[in-house]
Amino acid sequence: MSTEHDHSHLSDTDLRVRALESLLTEKGLVDPAALDEIVDKYENKVGPRNGAQVVARAWVDPDFKKWLLEDGTAAIDSLGYTGTQGADMVVLENTSTVHNVTVCTLCSCYPWSVLGLPPAWYKSFPYRARLVKEPRAVLQEFGVELADSVEVRVWDSTAELRYLVLPERPAGTEGMTEYQLVDIVTRNSMIGTEKVAMPAGDA
Amino acid sequence: MVDGIHDMGGMDGFGPIPIEYDEPVFHAEWEGRVYAMNTAIGAWGKWNIDAGRYGIEQMEPAHYLNSNYYQRWLHRTENMMVEHGMLTRDELEGDTAPSGPRNQALTAEQIFERQRNSKSARVAEDVAPKFKAGDCVLVRNIHPKGHTRVPRYVRGRQGVIDRDHGVFIFPDTNALFQGKKPQHIYSVRFSAQDLWGPDAPPQDKLYLDMWDDYLDAV
Repeated sequence: MSTEHDHSHLSDTDLRVRALESLLTEKGLVDPAALDEIVDKYENKVGPRNGAQVVARAWVDPDFKKWLLEDGTAAIDSLGYTGTQGADMVVLENTSTVHNVTVCTLCSCYPWSVLGLPPAWYKSFPYRARLVKEPRAVLQEFGVELADSVEVRVWDSTAELRYLVLPERPAGTEGMTEYQLVDIVTRNSMIGTEKVAMPAGDA
Repeated sequence: MVDGIHDMGGMDGFGPIPIEYDEPVFHAEWEGRVYAMNTAIGAWGKWNIDAGRYGIEQMEPAHYLNSNYYQRWLHRTENMMVEHGMLTRDELEGDTAPSGPRNQALTAEQIFERQRNSKSARVAEDVAPKFKAGDCVLVRNIHPKGHTRVPRYVRGRQGVIDRDHGVFIFPDTNALFQGKKPQHIYSVRFSAQDLWGPDAPPQDKLYLDMWDDYLDAV
């Protein structure tokens, strides 16, 4: 993907996007300052840290976890993290015997309000094509090895429900505070393509 | 366009997952501008999310495959604006100077406010569900020429209702501006072997969100 062709193709796109923004600005259809704010929102404000706070709360508060699994929308809304592409939420709990993982085969639906905008791999053709058919092989590429005794559940987001995986809390984190736990929850673990690991070097 | 290139579930040949670590939200500045323009233009409310998805699905397959995610969004936004009278094709291609009355662009706060007001596809209508948890269902073998959210890989397959999510807008009609046709959505559980044959692990499952109109009782 590093050929000159790709480079010039993207440059053409860049030029076309600049021309479109000028045209829309001239017609009063967009305000460049508003565009700046929208970009800033998703580059700097709405991201996987929202989801990590939901997960960490569920790990330390059994009542919150129960609520989260029964009514993900209400529980996540109580922390302020419902919103566009995350208005109706379903939370899926990973355990030692069940591994949930999410995809959108038809487009790239993703819970923006808790995880931010999706990574490129989530939107890629291989992920969209393969996860539903060979989830164990895909998970291996992410370094997740699952025993045959584990049931894999793949969730294809065909509707406006948005899915958040509640990863397993790693052993050895019993002494960590909710605030510390937020830092070890990865984005991929909330999609289901990683397990949360103990931070290296911690006892 | 329902049986389009976008319906990728189960296709082979795309290679390994292009995993990146610590990647940026946008890989180029133009991607962020496309994202933001799509959001700002979408807030005018000339079309709905289902029509927007349908706009991408109508791309010619080779064009779709040769475009990245935000290039597909750019194509959709341009076409929808022309289709809905916000721009002319000549203006878009730079063949004529912009004309017509100047609009008043929305501020970021107005855009976010409109998003908050339209964020859910849930419909507050009392519609009776056709199924309940535990019911066996068969996904209809349908091939409508418009938009649909039933992937090819589950059509004609049998599953079990896992849970009822309540009443939502029906995308097949909404995408064509033919009404919301509110109905229940369920998570439907399929066994991997029922979808992919005896080589699939017998313990593995797939869950898809299916509307009443996609399902028949078994």
